Amino acid sequence: MIDKIVGDIAAALDGVRDGSTILVGGFGAVGQPDALIEGLIEQGARDLTVVANNAGAGLVGLAKLLAAGRVRKIICSFPRSAGSVVFEELFKAGRLELEIVPQGTLAERIRAAGAGVGAFYTPTAYGTKLADGKESRMIAGRNHVLEFALPGDVALVEAWRADRWGNCVFRESGRNFNPVMATAAGLTVVQTQHVAALGDLDPEAIVTPGIFVQRVVHVPYGDPRG
Amino acid sequence: MTDVTVLTRHEMARRVAQDIPEGWYVNLGIGIPTMVADCIPDGREVLLHSENGILGMGAAPAPDQINPWLINAGKQHVTLRQGGAFFHHADSFAMIRGGHIDLCVLGAFEVAENGDIANWATSAADAAPAVGGAMDLAVGAKRIWVVTEHTTKQGAPKLVERCAYPLTALGAVSRIYTNLAVIDVTREGFVVLEMVPGLTLEALQAQTGAALRLKDKQDV
Repeated sequence: MIDKIVGDIAAALDGVRDGSTILVGGFGAVGQPDALIEGLIEQGARDLTVVANNAGAGLVGLAKLLAAGRVRKIICSFPRSAGSVVFEELFKAGRLELEIVPQGTLAERIRAAGAGVGAFYTPTAYGTKLADGKESRMIAGRNHVLEFALPGDVALVEAWRADRWGNCVFRESGRNFNPVMATAAGLTVVQTQHVAALGDLDPEAIVTPGIFVQRVVHVPYGDPRG
Repeated sequence: MTDVTVLTRHEMARRVAQDIPEGWYVNLGIGIPTMVADCIPDGREVLLHSENGILGMGAAPAPDQINPWLINAGKQHVTLRQGGAFFHHADSFAMIRGGHIDLCVLGAFEVAENGDIANWATSAADAAPAVGGAMDLAVGAKRIWVVTEHTTKQGAPKLVERCAYPLTALGAVSRIYTNLAVIDVTREGFVVLEMVPGLTLEALQAQTGAALRLKDKQDV
């Protein structure tokens, strides 16, 4: 019997290594797998590269992991937002590397990684400083920039409902990067608000099929905080 | 010149909304563009897109109706209209980059007479600017309109010959709505479509960093 559901956060994060690239779902606080992110603090992995749209806010979730000094580099589109104080301080102090990526390019680099595409050309950022040093090419009369796939060692995802095969559905704008990131890591860990019995999720409505998921942990976290 | 009627931010948003026809799929940037959502006339079906995976966004909720799971790209709480849909980020930007969005309304630090836009970083030295989806929207939407004050708070022109700030995209903007005028960006540069009551072209030109001309009848 396939059962990807594990008993606790420690089991969900077992084996995450120092130096890993961690894809972190969420957009702002919505759909951000805070329990898993904070679980990394106890788990102990260091020298992490985090890929996320934002760089955390307040003192929870990603901000807490940053404050614990576990992150070497962050790859994101929008680091500064209301309450991103931990990021600001670390960045100013030179203790955090930053790679800024346009939001759509970030999503597509992750999608490409999950789909086995090594790189792609996009018109986004052509002629801007975010294309500095990148190959470019005229395609169909338009200048494009070469962007490479961005795979993770680990993806941390928040779902609304998941079953023991790892099938997931999401809630409203909590979907965002989560299904894309789920496809792009060697180890995809889902923190789910509800566990569904196998067969209870409508096959027509499953957003992330379980093939992309290795572990599921039940975290009835409640509404997004912040 | 004392009789010039300068538009408020809300009036600028309302002026933009007037020009959005029924049936368009529209993405609104942060700031005045977001205010356009609340200015679209009742009964006109315009579908609002948000980068974080929403089509069919509705107005801001009443304080006791907030759904913490439903935010827009500016992280503000929103509502969903009947017929609305959710999707993931890669699909969301396929809509944007793939040319499926009819219009994106953006704010800007500067717009150049060739349509270049700078709206994400205020200096090359700013090492942690937040680009978000601006670069994808600027190259991907079928048309880019900018809504902005005509000048900075210090009175410096925001409509210029060449952008000094780091660019968001080249040649992307087709129209600009300011608190003073509506201006098309054409191959021949800035063309003034309308001005607020009491304003002369000379006075507008004095606050603009590139040559303006009035739209004449042959342009119609």
